[in-house]
Parts: sequence; C-alpha cells; structure tokens
Amino acid sequence: MKPATWQELIWAAVLVGLAAFWPMVTNGYWLGIGVDVMMYTALATSWMLFSGPTHYISLASAAFFGIGGFVVGSGMSDYDASFWSMLALSALIGAALAALIGLATLRLSGVYFVIFTLGLAEMIRNLVSWVQNNFLGSRGLYVLTDFTDTHLYWMLLVTAASVYLLGWIISRSRLGFALRIIGGDETVARHVGINTATTKVILFTTTGFFAAIVGAIIAPRWSYIEPNQVFSPHLSFFVVIMALLGGSGRLWGPVAGVIPFLLIWNWVDSNFPNQSILVLGFAFLIIVYFLPHGVVGRLEQLRARARGRS
Amino acid sequence: MYRRSLFGLAAVLAVASTSLFAQDMIKIGAIAPKTGPLAGGAVVTQWPNVQLWVEQVNARGGLDVGGEKKMIELIEYDDKTNPGEHIKLAQRLATQDKVDFVVAPYGTGFNIATAPIYGKFGYPMIAVSAITDKMEELTTRYPNLFFTLGTTTAFVDGVKEILIEQREAGTIGNEIAMVNVADAFGIELSVRARELFGEAGFDIVYDKSYPLGTPDLSPVMKGAKDSGAKAFVAWSYPPDSFGLAEQAIIENLDVNVYYSAVATSFPAFKGAYGNKINNVLGAGGTDVENPAIAKYRDAHMEITGKEADYWASANTYASLQILEQAIVGAATLDRDVVTQYIKDNSFDTVMGELSFENNFSNKFWSVGQWQDGVFRGVKGSNVDGAVPVRVKEGWSE
Repeated sequence: MKPATWQELIWAAVLVGLAAFWPMVTNGYWLGIGVDVMMYTALATSWMLFSGPTHYISLASAAFFGIGGFVVGSGMSDYDASFWSMLALSALIGAALAALIGLATLRLSGVYFVIFTLGLAEMIRNLVSWVQNNFLGSRGLYVLTDFTDTHLYWMLLVTAASVYLLGWIISRSRLGFALRIIGGDETVARHVGINTATTKVILFTTTGFFAAIVGAIIAPRWSYIEPNQVFSPHLSFFVVIMALLGGSGRLWGPVAGVIPFLLIWNWVDSNFPNQSILVLGFAFLIIVYFLPHGVVGRLEQLRARARGRS
Repeated sequence: MYRRSLFGLAAVLAVASTSLFAQDMIKIGAIAPKTGPLAGGAVVTQWPNVQLWVEQVNARGGLDVGGEKKMIELIEYDDKTNPGEHIKLAQRLATQDKVDFVVAPYGTGFNIATAPIYGKFGYPMIAVSAITDKMEELTTRYPNLFFTLGTTTAFVDGVKEILIEQREAGTIGNEIAMVNVADAFGIELSVRARELFGEAGFDIVYDKSYPLGTPDLSPVMKGAKDSGAKAFVAWSYPPDSFGLAEQAIIENLDVNVYYSAVATSFPAFKGAYGNKINNVLGAGGTDVENPAIAKYRDAHMEITGKEADYWASANTYASLQILEQAIVGAATLDRDVVTQYIKDNSFDTVMGELSFENNFSNKFWSVGQWQDGVFRGVKGSNVDGAVPVRVKEGWSE
C-alpha cells in the first residue's frame, strides 16, 4: 500500500461533499442502495486500514458489526437507553474486544489467522445469546426510532469519511510506515526495531471500533435484532470481496469495489431473484479473470499505458 | 457490446411485458426467504400459499376491482433471510416495481423492519408469521400493520392451561422441565413462561437453553429426563424441534405432557417420526373437520403439490383472502381506502369470520396435538373445534 497524498485527500473531501447531497436527489430504492454503499464503504475501508498493509485477511467484520447491533438492541429494549449512548458504548466495546482479540491472536499468521477470525463471529454470537438468555432476559430486541434512511445515510457517510481521514493520517505517519514494512517482511520489521505486535493491535482495534459503529447505526434500520442475523458471516465475506474487488493498493480502493459490486449484486438480485447466488458466482469468475488486481489495479495500469503512449 | 445488447433485450422485454398487460393487471409484491435460516419455514408456510392464492384468483379470471377484472401479476423476491437485503427489496417493490399491494413478510423482525417503508407508501400489511407482545406499540407506530397470529403471551398461556388441566387430572405434578433455543423468539417465550408458570404455582426443576443450530441435543434431553419431571416444554425452532423429538425417542423420555414450539405442526414432523410422536403437543393447530379448512387443504395439495402445515398455513391463506376481499370490497386500488376497509369490515376466510380490533385479529390457534396422524388444535383464542388434550404414552410406533 502506498502512502496517501494531499491530492487524494482533496478528492476525497470533494466526493464526500457531493455524496452528502445524495438524499436530496433521490429517494426510496436508490437511497437504500446509498445506505448500503456507505455501510460497506465504511466497513471495507476500515478493513483495509488493517488488512491492506499487513496482508492479514480478517473475516471478523461480522463479529464487531454484530456487537454494535446487539448492544444498541439490548440497551434500547431492556434498559430504555438512548440510541446515542448505546452507539458510543458499542464503539467502545467493539474496540476493547478487538484489542483483546488482537493481543491474543495477532501472533497467528497466514491461514491460521483467517480461520480464527471466521470462527470469531460465530463464537461471539453464541456468547452474546448465552448472556442474553441467562442474564439479560429479553422480550425481543426492538430498536424503534424515528430515523429515516436519510439520517442513517448521513451517519454512515460521516463514519466512512472519518475512517478515510484516519486512514489518510495513519498512512502518512510513522505508524503507517511501520505497517508497510510489516506487510513487506515482518521479520525485517522486527529487526529494525518496530514493535510489530503493538502496531498490529492498534490497527485491528480501529477496525473493530468502526465496524461496531456501523452495526450500531444499522440497528434502527433493521428495527428488530436477532443475534442470528446481525452476526451473519455473509457480511464478513462481502466486506473482503468488495475490498479486494476494489484493490488493496490504495486507501480509496474499497470505494471502487463497493459501488460496482453493489450495483451488480442488485441487478442480479432483481433480474434473477431465484438464481442470484449462482449468477453472482459467474460474475466473480469474470471479475477475477478480467480484474485480477481489482478496479484500482486496472485503473493504474490504464494510466501507466496512457502515459507510456504520450 | 454483448453485455449491452443483453441489457437492451432485457429492457425491451420488460417494457413490452408491462405495457401490454398493464391495464388489466394488478401487481402484487412478495418478499420472503427462499434461502438462509428462515427458508425452511417460509417454503412450508409462506410461499405455497402465495402461489395457491394467485393461481386460484387468476383461474377465476382475476380480481374484480370496481367492475373491471384484473389478473394478478406476482413479483417475488428472495430476501435470503437477511434484513438488509429485505429492506432494499421492499424499497424496490414500492418505488421501482410500483406494485399495487404487498404480501406481508415472513418473520417478526422482517415485518417490523419493513413497516415504515410500506407505511410511507400506504401499503396495508396483514402480517401472519409475526408474534409479539408489543402489538399495541407497534400498531400505534405503524397503523398499516395488522397482526393475525396472536401474541407471545397467548402462546405461553395455551401451554399453561394444558399444564394446569393435567395437574388437576393428576397426570403431572408441579415439576416442569423446560428448555429453549437461545435466540430471539425462543428467549422471549421462555422469559414469559418463567413468569406465567411461576404464577400458576409450577416449579421449573430443569431450565436450560441451547444455542441455535446445536447439532447435539442429547445432553439437553438427558438432563430433562434426569429431572424426573412429568411435563416437558421446549420453546424451540424448526431444526431443534426435530432434534429434540429424536432425542426424546432415543432416551424414551418418560413424560405425560411433551410440547415443542415451532415446526411441530409441519407435516414433515410426522413424516420423520411417524406414530412415535403421537400425542406430542406443539405451537399452532387447526380444525381439519371444518369443511372450509378441509377444502383449503385439498386445494393446497392439488395446486402446490405439498401438504399445508397444521398452523400458520391457513392463517397465511386467510390473510391473502382478507387482502383480496378488501380490494374487491373497496372497489379501488387506492391503498388508503383499502387499508381503512380492512379496519372497518369483517372477512369470510378459511379461518372463519375475521375482523380487526386495533389492527389485531384475535382468532388463532395456540396449541395443537398430533392425534393419530393429524395435528389438531387443542387450545386457541376464539376458535371452534378444539379437541380434548390426550396424555403422551411412550414413544413406540
């Protein structure tokens, strides 16, 4: 991953500014797609903060997303807490949990880490259900608010923009430099005196923090929280697929993956409602064949070619 | 280029199909799981009834809307048991497909999640597979949402009544073994049951939960057996209702009352265990002797090739009959008028005469029992045809 430039930041600011007007120009279905785009942009970008430079593929997004949804659901249903206090609490719990998990597992590498994170969402779902069943007790986790998609869209936009800004700052800092060296060769990084464990834990914590916030913001949209659904492993896979489709070379890569992915997915979903998974599989084959380095990789390749010609 | 021409073809087809028939068609949208955790229930209870209703209405020449016969065009989507996906598809139905009416979703959470969207566009939602104790708050908030299958409390009450009767008859004592699936509805029911059973003087001597999707339920059943209670109650879901019955058969659980909640009423339950599950109690029930129900079950079998379940199938079909009669009665496709018509009138359905008070239809079965191959209603609210409860006698064929 390359360090981000001022130019990129300005472009990002312009795009965020434009994106804020989306609810003014559309409604209903396309606003709903906008909410999905923002949700996955925030998730995939925060995933990229950690996994992009370190090459640790994390399938834990659903675990933190689920924590966010569950904390809001439980807090608002069982304790009449306000949405905002639960949003803050879920971010803290998400970050604390990620730090804890990071400390315990970031010594694992390669496929072991992937498998562990995959199991994590399932483990936390069971843990949360057990706690709810034995200690909280519940008459259903209802999240009834007056938020519309417009509100949620803006909240997610702010979250996504914050993730990007944080990523931009990190990528230009000593921490970002350290991460890039770890991604290049972890042994070398350790030998030049980088505290690799701390560096990785910090980044993994931000991932957990933001994924929990996104889960908390989505909870009012779902209205009724079932652990079974907020911890769905699908989400983790979607995040990884979108981030990789975008390309892991740049901080803005995920955005370039999220938008085409969701458009294709929705097109498939509405035209082949009963075969969507199958058609999606074919779409992936085509993507892998034509875009092996993601959308970003292809764009940069085209740009290099254009430069070579001139 | 190839892709673009494909898009073009699809667009032409779409335009042709809508413009040709738009005049005499009425568009009905339906979203429910065909894949994912809830699909097992939806393909038994929800989808076949949608199919049955649409085919029957179209075979009659369509719906009579103010003197004009309109055929039903069904637009159906699979929500993959994913709330995010469902919400997006609901927005699609309302703003892209611009359907005239919708079939309410399958599952409590999905009905509540889509109520604001459908409410904004004035769609009446006659929910069936949605059971909650928050009915009043929800219908105040979403005046377009109607409930027809009862409350959490009603379901627990049905079981409580049976337990009290059996205690008076001396077949069980005060001890109850109770288990529940640690997921939304299972937790909700067990919490209510602890309160209501406690008030009735019962002692829950064995009280355990197990996670959703547990493959091995034998420790749960062994624990229930060791407790020595003569009554076993499980607030369970489709996969585990089956798993528990299997373990009860293996352990030869010695009880006089055996109840498991969701999916006990599925024909597949009998299909799996035959007569071993004779006298097992479960959520739901129906009155197969009722001529309207019998006729409905025959049609269900004939058109969908599947046996209707012995619970919410009939209610689901009845909800579609209500929608049909409201559209015909209001003689318009104006959704506000149709919604008001649903609130003000009563409807002649397979479940008998149904009407709504504060958006709630108080006529439903809560407990049924497998009696010689048929799952008959034994407890319910304002329903006729309940048969006496029998005592469970062993698990042999």
